Amino acid sequence: MTSFVLDLAGVHTHIGAYHILHGVDLQVPAGQVTMLLGRNGAGKTTTLRTIMGLWATSQGSVQFKGRPIGGTGGQLHTPEIAQLGIAYVPESMGIFTDLSVKENMVLAARAARRAEELDTTRLEWIFGLFPALKKFWLYPAGKLSGGQKQMLAVARAIVEPRELLLIDEPSKGLAPSIINNLIDAFRQLKGQSTTILLVEQNFQMAKALGDQVAVMDNGRVVHAGTMGELAEDEAMQHRLLGLSLGAHQ
Amino acid sequence: MDEARPAAGRDLPMLETRDLTIRFGGHVAVDHVSCTFAPGTLTAIVGPNGAGKTTYFNLISGQLPASEGQVLLNGEDITRLPAPMRTHRGLGRAFQLTQLFPNLSVQENVRLAVQSRESARGGLGLDLLRVWLDRSTWIDEAQQILRSVRLDDKRDATAASLPHGDQRKLEVALLMALDPKVFMFDEPTAGMSVDEVPVILDLIRALKARRDRLILLVEHKMDVVSELADRIIVLHNGALVADGEPAAVIASPVVQQAYLGIVPEEAA
Amino acid sequence: MNTATLPAAAAAAVPKAEFDWRPIALLFGVLLAGWPLIGSSSTWVTLSVAGLAMGLIIFIIASGLTLIFGLMDVLNFGHGVFIALGAFVATSVMTGMADWSTADSVGRNLVAVFVAMLAAMLAAGVLGLAFERIIVRPVYGQHLKQILITMGGMIVGEELIKVVWGPQQIALPLPETLRGSFVIGDASIEKYRVLAVAIGLVVFALLLFALNRTKVGLLIRAGVQDREMVESLGYRIRRLFVGVFVAGSGLAGLGGVMWGLYQQAVTPQIGAQVNILIFIVIIIGGLGSTLGCFVGALLVGLMANYTGFLAPKVALFSNIGLMVAILLWRPQGLYPVTNR
Repeated sequence: MTSFVLDLAGVHTHIGAYHILHGVDLQVPAGQVTMLLGRNGAGKTTTLRTIMGLWATSQGSVQFKGRPIGGTGGQLHTPEIAQLGIAYVPESMGIFTDLSVKENMVLAARAARRAEELDTTRLEWIFGLFPALKKFWLYPAGKLSGGQKQMLAVARAIVEPRELLLIDEPSKGLAPSIINNLIDAFRQLKGQSTTILLVEQNFQMAKALGDQVAVMDNGRVVHAGTMGELAEDEAMQHRLLGLSLGAHQ
Repeated sequence: MDEARPAAGRDLPMLETRDLTIRFGGHVAVDHVSCTFAPGTLTAIVGPNGAGKTTYFNLISGQLPASEGQVLLNGEDITRLPAPMRTHRGLGRAFQLTQLFPNLSVQENVRLAVQSRESARGGLGLDLLRVWLDRSTWIDEAQQILRSVRLDDKRDATAASLPHGDQRKLEVALLMALDPKVFMFDEPTAGMSVDEVPVILDLIRALKARRDRLILLVEHKMDVVSELADRIIVLHNGALVADGEPAAVIASPVVQQAYLGIVPEEAA
Repeated sequence: MNTATLPAAAAAAVPKAEFDWRPIALLFGVLLAGWPLIGSSSTWVTLSVAGLAMGLIIFIIASGLTLIFGLMDVLNFGHGVFIALGAFVATSVMTGMADWSTADSVGRNLVAVFVAMLAAMLAAGVLGLAFERIIVRPVYGQHLKQILITMGGMIVGEELIKVVWGPQQIALPLPETLRGSFVIGDASIEKYRVLAVAIGLVVFALLLFALNRTKVGLLIRAGVQDREMVESLGYRIRRLFVGVFVAGSGLAGLGGVMWGLYQQAVTPQIGAQVNILIFIVIIIGGLGSTLGCFVGALLVGLMANYTGFLAPKVALFSNIGLMVAILLWRPQGLYPVTNR
């Protein structure tokens, strides 16, 4: 049996009076890229936030490598969940706008107290993917362009090796060449045994990267399987996503 | 809107930038960009991240003051005009990182835009009585616009509570409500799900069909650009490096390498 | 179609963004404007030093509060109790060390003063720890309750101070060698004010160092902007909260001692007296901004002293007037901190 890095069973999330997740079942296998697809409002972002403990699991359970992190079994706080080796790139990017690019990166690297302590090989790799970050290293992050902020958000998540990456729409606003770099980066991370759970509207990216796919609708996972299966079944694509994966984004 | 420019109108470009430049300390973000735009056209502005696309928009719409150069609308130099005055003259701008009234409902946001348009047309100003008496007209119109972007079922939700994709739709709705002469869209479909994108594209196509509006579109999605644009201009490091028909520009080696990341051997 | 060749990409890294000098220029502007208005150079020097000293004392007190609000989003209307406690603890220490504080040696006097300051900071810090745990923690995220409960805490604290030290105003005389003034040319500059300026600048420098050169400082600055993201990066920001609260209370205690020595008297209401000034300063400066707090405090100190001399009837209004003027210019404060 494949080991599951992440295991959600019957997860419900309530935000105030709103019942957003209605029993999510999701298994994320180790060392693979799992795509989380679905229309806007289906609950993808909420699922990621629930895993990170930013919203509490009201029912059901969330387990990370067999250890409960939410719901029955105990709800951990967000910093504790992050310290288990999980990096999160929110949809809103979460850039610290008054801090420089350098300071954003130092913060994201828990082991480093100063920029000099960052892993230079890793940093050079990141600069190769996202050249703008090198150019604007000392610049306040708030002054970067929208796409550059997105680059920084992803760079922060990969500045140190992590077991699991939870990434919400990283390609938003990125130029095509940078999206290619991103796909490259994720492939390399996969090679380093990182597990990735990726929410993406860019189907080209989804097809290029995804090993597994889970489709959400109305707060539930309505389909889970391999990307290969979904890519071959146009009827299923139309049914689940409203369009075919081969069509325009 | 402003009826000031008569006979010369035919030959004047509706919008023109001349040597438009802005510097931030040591960094030139937009570098002497000169370009003219005619009504009834849709021009896509593409380029690598940080090339200066949004900054260029900011210079045109008045969010940023130019260090050098001019912006001309129907021949009138509006370079020193503050942003609200430019909106009154007919420049409409939607933002890349959404700018909405977060605590107002979706419908109230659109209604405000409708009222703003009416007051610019010399109608209302601070004539609160008129605003009150005509409110049902504005509300109906707001409803219509919301229906056209498929947001009518969320009309009472506060703008801040909307998911990101819906916020972008609301931005587009606001721009539609303003009904300016020049529409400036900044990545309108970013973050929208696949089934929502065609709705916005149809709206933009309908705008084009009206023939008297000028549309500027910053976009990264090349398929959207190929479908909608009559013309593409490419910005790179703040400068204008390509300008022409979509097919030709996309195929040019400059764009293929620097922007699309397609190295010659891999080109299909 | 026209195509140009690609312009060469910028070679070196883009330098740090330009620093916003305008509020500092405003500060110097006010200083320089005072000169012709006041007329005599010597008076101008005296008033300016007084203004800077007063401003720096206010900065010391307000610096903690702006970070508490910026980082923890806590409206602490009880900050005054730490000021008062610090001042009173200092009186007890100075009285207890009477042989040192009344001795005729600069060295001994300074030691007495510093011991008093340390004791004040310690006492205020400990009280801060208790305050955070008992009064503030239950109401995180609820602004209205925070205002009510922290004001309540301050009232209770004041009453307890009255119980221990009595309700009367108590003298806090400056040690012998710190009284009097330096005379430079025509200008007389009070010795204590020079000491206050020195201490204030040291505190400012230490704060800036801590905030800009240490990882903890980085965490605080990031937390002021986006608490949730800092937690998502794996940092327990709640622990930082307590630290910042205690440090802020300690600084308020130090400010209390310095204010008490400035007035040479302490009353249990000393906290409430300074409260309004502090809030004006942190609003002018921008909530969460240490530099803004610094410039704002100096502006308030200078304005109070200049208008006190030039137009005493306007003096009370001058602070509010300053706040209005600055907010018209920069509604988010001199150095706004973007808060998610």
